[in-house]
Amino acid sequence: MRNRIFILILLSLSLVFRVDAHEDHSVVHEEGHGKFDPGATAIHHISDANVYSILDAVRIPLPMILKSDQGWDIFSSGKFAAGAHEDGANAFNGYVLHHGSVYRVAEAGFPMEGLIAIDGFKHTEEVVGGKSKDVYFVNYQNKEYRLDARTTLDGGILGGGFTSFMDFSITKNVVSMILVSLFLIWLFRLAAKRYAASPDKAPRGVQGLLEPLILFVRDEVAIPFIGARYRTYLPLLLSIFFFILGLNLWGQVPFLGSVNVTGSLSVTLVLAVLVFIISNVLGNKHYWGHIFWMPGVPVPIKILLACVEVMALFIKPLTLMLRLAGNISAGHIAILSFVGLIFIFGNSGESLGGSLVGTAVSIPLTMFMMTIELIVAFVQAFVFTILTASYIGAAIEEPHHEAAH
Amino acid sequence: MTGTVAAIGAGLAVIGAGIGIGYIGGKAMEAIARQPEAAGDIRSNMIIMAAFVEGAALIAILLSILMA
Repeated sequence: MRNRIFILILLSLSLVFRVDAHEDHSVVHEEGHGKFDPGATAIHHISDANVYSILDAVRIPLPMILKSDQGWDIFSSGKFAAGAHEDGANAFNGYVLHHGSVYRVAEAGFPMEGLIAIDGFKHTEEVVGGKSKDVYFVNYQNKEYRLDARTTLDGGILGGGFTSFMDFSITKNVVSMILVSLFLIWLFRLAAKRYAASPDKAPRGVQGLLEPLILFVRDEVAIPFIGARYRTYLPLLLSIFFFILGLNLWGQVPFLGSVNVTGSLSVTLVLAVLVFIISNVLGNKHYWGHIFWMPGVPVPIKILLACVEVMALFIKPLTLMLRLAGNISAGHIAILSFVGLIFIFGNSGESLGGSLVGTAVSIPLTMFMMTIELIVAFVQAFVFTILTASYIGAAIEEPHHEAAH
Repeated sequence: MTGTVAAIGAGLAVIGAGIGIGYIGGKAMEAIARQPEAAGDIRSNMIIMAAFVEGAALIAILLSILMA
């Protein structure tokens, strides 16, 4: 018991050190941003990155795959020589690394070929159409060059839009997904081998971990919602459940990069679109009939219900996407904000007494939040799976001949 | 100013979701107390209903983030 508490305290401290390094940096390098900004810090720590950093000590370079009007660029992000706070010391072919993500110099005059040492970054805010937008500049030979962020497909809803380059890199999130998937494959093969070798013995080891979860998904999710044909859809539900659960838990490990994969909208978007396609392709006559021409109600109501049902068709995957990303991101932000209390109390590192009080407040709160997040990791994986099952179940449900609607 | 209004909107959304999920949880507890043998079914339906309420709140919060 005592050992466990010690480990928990160590884990909370690891988060402290991460924010600490960030704080030092923002004082030194960002003019006019010496004051600690908990919101920006939290957002920075939950975003995807082009370099995998562990405790600001180890930085694992990742492959960069970028496309601009100059053609494809494929190189290692080690070329940027990322230092404190994942800021690159070099520019390569016009690309720079700032806050862990790649930017491209958008202003003429900057040498766009080869490896060049740069002098740091500057950040200002610009008001475009009543909204303040972050604008980044790179310093090179006492001149500032404006930077372009990567293209995002949201068309500007979330502040992105089409810019001068596209990023297909293997980012931190992609690496985490690959690692977790490989780990799950290894774990399940191990359990499968044991079942094949000794089918009549009681489960032990990894079987004991997986069997209750698999039986839970089968008995509480697949059978009640899908019915007799559950066997066809059980592999899909189990894949979704374990993929989300694995990534949720991997994001809870503080030392190893504290990734936020299931909290990233792009990842949950793909999962939700998959569920949307699968459930609608499976949809039978009965299902579509209930959407476009609801049986058993007068015609004006039929038209009204068709509008509502078509809207619901798209709201279902939308909420699926937002719920998972929102819950996981909110948990990470809450943990980071509690850690940020240390810097708020300590007046950005000026008062030692304040930091100590902040630490005393912050550690129990962080531990409490991490416990909650552990539960949320399971509940959100379960909710995603159960909703997938209910959408599939609704799509393949056969009409009840005896019952009138 | 828009930031403040958006924050108030997010807060209102959370109040609504809190009332909704509180109702669902309370009624589910009552139902389980009345019929403990149906606890499993009630629990999974409770989670689904809570997820729907949460979905509406999340859309509201996302909108207020976008407006801010």
